[in-house]
Amino acid sequence: MLTQAQLVQLEASARRVRERIIKLATDGGCFLGASLSCADLVVYLYTHFLNISRDTLDDPHRDYLFLSKGHDVPALYATFAELGWLPEARLQNHLKSHDSIYWHPNRAVPGIEFHSGSLGHLLPVAAGVAYDCQLRQQANRVVVITGDGELNEGSNWEALLVAQAYQLDNLLIIVDRNAFQANIQTEQLIPLEPLADKFRAFGCAVQTVDGHDFAALDGALRDLPYVPGKPTVLIAETVRGKGLPSIEARADRWFCNFSHAEIDDLLAELHGTAQATLHSEALLVR
Amino acid sequence: MNYEATLQELVLADDKYIVLTAENRAAIRHLPGVLNGRFLDTGITEQTMIGMAAGLALRGRVPVAHALAAFLTMRAFEFVRTDVGLGQLPVKLVGGVPGFSSDANGPTHQAIEDISLMRGIPGMQIFCPADQAELVLGLPHFLASPHPVYIRHNALPAAIDHDPHFAIGQAELVQDGSDVTILVYGMLFREALAASDLLAAQGISVRLLNLRTVWPVDETAVLAAAQRTNLLVTIEDHFLTGGLFSIVSELLVRRGVRANVLPIALENRWFQPALLDDVLTHEGFTGPQLAQRIQDYLATDYAV
Repeated sequence: MLTQAQLVQLEASARRVRERIIKLATDGGCFLGASLSCADLVVYLYTHFLNISRDTLDDPHRDYLFLSKGHDVPALYATFAELGWLPEARLQNHLKSHDSIYWHPNRAVPGIEFHSGSLGHLLPVAAGVAYDCQLRQQANRVVVITGDGELNEGSNWEALLVAQAYQLDNLLIIVDRNAFQANIQTEQLIPLEPLADKFRAFGCAVQTVDGHDFAALDGALRDLPYVPGKPTVLIAETVRGKGLPSIEARADRWFCNFSHAEIDDLLAELHGTAQATLHSEALLVR
Repeated sequence: MNYEATLQELVLADDKYIVLTAENRAAIRHLPGVLNGRFLDTGITEQTMIGMAAGLALRGRVPVAHALAAFLTMRAFEFVRTDVGLGQLPVKLVGGVPGFSSDANGPTHQAIEDISLMRGIPGMQIFCPADQAELVLGLPHFLASPHPVYIRHNALPAAIDHDPHFAIGQAELVQDGSDVTILVYGMLFREALAASDLLAAQGISVRLLNLRTVWPVDETAVLAAAQRTNLLVTIEDHFLTGGLFSIVSELLVRRGVRANVLPIALENRWFQPALLDDVLTHEGFTGPQLAQRIQDYLATDYAV
């Protein structure tokens, strides 16, 4: 169980991570809403769950995290800066050709296990990694964060069929259930509910958790697998744009490119000192 | 030794190899019991098989993944391109019944754009053996290659005693000749050989080049052929676009070499499904038909 001090530290880390993410939403911008919805998950996993450190990034016995939805990669950049894996100064290179810190993950950034961006790819890849860990009788845990809109892609369900067939119970799938596709709510476009039942029907053991509650996350991930022989699924209920009321749940604020003044306003909003006034036109891209 | 026995020997000798299939066991039916956990059948899931192969490669394995060529290269194309290609992972793709070998299956199963698709992926190597003997000869080389590889599986009996010297990117010069060069790969080799003999009987001297590695192509061998003979004939069970004819044309243009080139391929259409010999006859790819097509071309005033 997390101590009060650990909880305070996690909250502080997550706030700093959000600051870094918000600062990436200018001069070209980033997928701000989705990055903020998974920020708490990513911070928790790297600081309290995954057996991995700067010195073990290539260790075959490390735990793996695959960020399948990809466009939320600012959460990784910001968390890696928080951990000291990525020099803070490299965040200034966001979207610049002399570095490789762009809108989707790639392996030039230390800590990123594999590139993603095309949806529905990393659950199959993670299943391959999990299969090999079991074959070598190693205790690595293999985590995949998927979006919920991403679950439209059939390859996820195909990979689940295989994962349950080979009893990959070292595989943990966390769904960042922020209830949005790109620009439309999941339940309005391609409804996923009852989502937990779908995963159960595919042979997974499932729990649902508040993806912004560290104590709850810690509880949900303490004893894995939930059922021996079954892949574990944790549906993390999250809010797109979490921490910024001006962004939260706004369908038009998926990809954001704000002015520097607006970024200052958003940072103030994050810290609860002001409400941001946003003038930049919403970009509806997909 | 056949493909399966050779693969088994290579996999048993080195822990890094792992055999995958999307429930296509025709060529590897005895391996599950021998390889145990290093045989992984993912079911009818070409995309997931390729994604898992990428994951296994991230763990240091060299996966050898089997499926019918059409589904391996097309159903799973974006996974091959994005996971294996972009990742530059040494995943080996073995496509069953490529080209005319899908005989009576019909166009759903025809992989006649596979070369075109696979060579569009940076770093990909393509091996199209003339028969099973050559497949066995080249297999250790391509498995050891650090590159991703696409192999057109071929179970035909040996058409000739092949040159045992094998290197990736080197064609086999089967016979020297001064009038015409036939460039061929894969299962049509034996037909090209027959055509070559028929042409020789007509007094036409044929240089016969069995490409083995279709991509990257043996540039030296192709350019030498263009220099030493007056006509290059490309023969392939592939669409005219993107295959050997395209590869040869690109090379000649890039090097500023003028040459007469007669492409024999499938022009913008799928082939009529039937049993293999019937397909070859119907589509005009038997040895005698190929020889006739070349003679007809030679009778025109084609010369550069």
